Amino acid sequence: MLKTLRQIGRIGIITESAPPVDDSMRVADALQSQILAVMGRALCIRAVDAGSCNGCELEIHALNNPLYNLEGLGVRFVASPRHADLLLVTGPVAKNMQAALTLTYQATPDPKLVVAIGDCGCTGGIFGESYASLGRVSNVIPVDVTVPGCPPSPRRILSGILTAISKAVPDNARLRSAQT
Amino acid sequence: MLQRWFNQAVERSQLNAGAAIAGAPNTLGLCVARDEWRQAAADMAAGGGRLLALWASRDGARGNIVRAAYVADAGALILSLPLGPGQADYPGIESWFSSAARMQRAVADLSGLASSDPDTRPWLRHAAWPQSYYPLVHAAAPPSALPVAGHYAFVPVQGDGVHEIPVGPVHAGVIEPGHFRFSVVGEKVLRLEERLGYVHKGIERRFTEFALLEGQRLAARVSGDSAVGFSWAYCQALEGMAQAHVPARAVWLRALALELERLANHLGDIGAVGNDAGFAFGLAQFSRLKERLLRAAEAALGQRYLMDFIVPGGTRVDLAADGAALLIECIDALGAEVDTLHTIYDEHAGLRDRFVGAGIVTPALAAKLGLCGLAGRASGQAFDLRCDLPCDPYGELAVNKCVRAEGDVAARVAVRFDEAGESARLLRRLLSHLPPGAHRVDVSIPDEGAMGVGLIEGWRGPILLALEAGAEGMIGRCHPHDPSWQNWPVIEHAVIDNIVPDFPLINKSFNLSYSGHDL
Repeated sequence: MLKTLRQIGRIGIITESAPPVDDSMRVADALQSQILAVMGRALCIRAVDAGSCNGCELEIHALNNPLYNLEGLGVRFVASPRHADLLLVTGPVAKNMQAALTLTYQATPDPKLVVAIGDCGCTGGIFGESYASLGRVSNVIPVDVTVPGCPPSPRRILSGILTAISKAVPDNARLRSAQT
Repeated sequence: MLQRWFNQAVERSQLNAGAAIAGAPNTLGLCVARDEWRQAAADMAAGGGRLLALWASRDGARGNIVRAAYVADAGALILSLPLGPGQADYPGIESWFSSAARMQRAVADLSGLASSDPDTRPWLRHAAWPQSYYPLVHAAAPPSALPVAGHYAFVPVQGDGVHEIPVGPVHAGVIEPGHFRFSVVGEKVLRLEERLGYVHKGIERRFTEFALLEGQRLAARVSGDSAVGFSWAYCQALEGMAQAHVPARAVWLRALALELERLANHLGDIGAVGNDAGFAFGLAQFSRLKERLLRAAEAALGQRYLMDFIVPGGTRVDLAADGAALLIECIDALGAEVDTLHTIYDEHAGLRDRFVGAGIVTPALAAKLGLCGLAGRASGQAFDLRCDLPCDPYGELAVNKCVRAEGDVAARVAVRFDEAGESARLLRRLLSHLPPGAHRVDVSIPDEGAMGVGLIEGWRGPILLALEAGAEGMIGRCHPHDPSWQNWPVIEHAVIDNIVPDFPLINKSFNLSYSGHDL
C-alpha cells in the first residue's frame, strides 16, 4: 500500500490542457443551445463500435489516461445508452451492426449528439461500402460532428467532443475571447 | 507420420519448384487428394502439429481449392485440396482440430463450400446477405436484404435454476462488439457460447479491389492493434512472390516496429486487466506509460500506431535522426517504472485474489484446443514464431521464449510482464545495432497466379496471411488470419465454473480481436 501511495505522490498530476474547439468538425448544430441549457459541460458518452478495426478504440481509450484526463473536464463514458447524452461512433457501419447501432441511437434520450470518429466513420474510409458495409455513420444515424484521421489522435477526438458540446461559431468566439 | 507429409512436400518441391511457398521461411506447399485431407489432419494432430488457418480460394475457372496451414517443428506446410467443377463439399477436420469448426463455417458463408462436419450454422453471415449469395464467389452486389437479426440456434442448457444471460453485441465499455450467451446457475457459469461476426465488413472481398503494391494498407487495418504484424505479414508474402531482396536496415526497422507494437499492447493490457479487478491505479499508471511510448514512437517513426509504416520493399520512412536516442531513453525510463509497478502488482493481495485461479486453461486442454500465441504460452504451449520459425532478423536476435504453465489470469499477466521486458531488451539491441543502408527498395509486380504466405508473431500470437496475385497487378485473393480464431473458442472453456463477474477479467486477460476475426 505504501508503495502504491508513494507512486501516486511521486507522479503527481500530469494532466495537459485541453485542445481548443474546432468548428471545421461541425456538421450540424441544431440542438446546441438546447443541450447546453440542459447539461452544460457535464456530459455522458456511450461509445459504439459499429465495425471499426479497433484502432480508433485504442485512441478513445487514451482519453481516459492521466494526460488527457477526460473525466477532469466533466465528461465520462457510461455503460448504457440510456445514461448517455452523446454517442461516439467508430467504424464503417457493418451491416451486421446496423440494427444494434439503430437501437442504441433510439435508446439514447433526447436531446442527443452523435460524433463520428475516424476516416471510416466520416466517409466509410478504406472499407467503403460493400455487401457487408454501409459506409459512413451518417448513412445510418444523424451525425453532428465528424473527427477524421486513421486513427485520429486523442487530442483530435477530445477536440471533437468539446466542439459538439460548445456553441457554434459566434457565441463560441465570444466565449474564447472572454476567457483570454 | 508427420514427417512423411513434409518429406512428400520436399520431394515434390524438388520435382517442381512451384511447390515451395514464397514468403515465410521454411514453408512448403502440397496438393493432396480428397482421401488424404483427413489423413494429413490426423497425422498433424498425432505429431504435435498446429493448425494455423483454413480458408478457400478459387482455382481460376476450374473450381475451388480448400487450403489448410499447419506448423510443426519441421516448418510450415500449406495443404491444398482442389475440388472439381461443381463440387461444393469437402471432408471436415474438426475431429482433430476443434478450432477448424468456425473456420469451416466461415468458408461456407463466404465461398459456399460445405464441410462434412456437423455444425452447419452460419457464422459470419447474420442477415445482411442471403444464404444463396457467396461474397467471395459472386461479383455482383447481393440481392437487397434488410439486416434484421435472424434466429440463431444457441445450444440450450436445461435443468433446475438454469437461466440465460445475453450480453452484447454493444458492450458496457469501449470494446468491440460481439455477443455472449451465458447459461448460469446463481453466479456460476455452466456454459458460455460466443456469437461473433458483428464487425464483418467484407475485408477479404475488399482486398481484390486493391493493387498488389497497395494491399498492405488494408492489411494494417484488419485489426488496428496489430497493424505492424499484419502489414509485415502482407509484405513478407508479396516480397517472396516478387523475389525482392529487402535491405537489412528495413528488416531491422520492421522488427523495431513490431516490438514497439508488442510493448505498447502489453502495457495497455496489464493496466486494463488490473482495472477489471478493481485496481484503477494500475490502469492510470500503465496507460500513462503506454502514452509515453506512443509519443516516442510518433517522434521516432512518424505515427503513434504504425498503420502505414511497413510498405512493400521496406519501410515508408527511416528512423528520425534523433529517434534511436529518444526511444532508448524512453525504454530505459519505462523499464524502471514497470519494475516498480510489477512489484506492486505482485504484492497486492486483492489483485492476487482475483488473478490466481481465475479462468484456468490447463496445458492439456490448451494443447487439445490449439490455444496459441501469448495465451498459449501462459498455458505451457511453448510456441513462438520468433523462436521456432524465425524470419529475419529474429534468427539473429535470439528471442527468449516466455512460458508459464498455470494457465490462469495471473499467468497471462505474468507472460505479458516477461514479454514486455524481453521486448525492451530486443528494442535496445535493435536500436544500438541498426544496420546502415537503404530502408526501402522497389518491388516488381508478381505474375498472375503467384502465391505467397507471410508468417509473423504478432503481440497476440501467430499471424498468417496468404496472398495470391491476380491479373494486371491486382490482388487475386488475400486471406488474413488472426490467432483470435483459435483462441476465442478456448474462452468458452476458460470461464466454465467461474462466476459471471469474473468474465470481463478473464476475457480481458486474453484480449482477443473481434475485427481481426470477423474480417
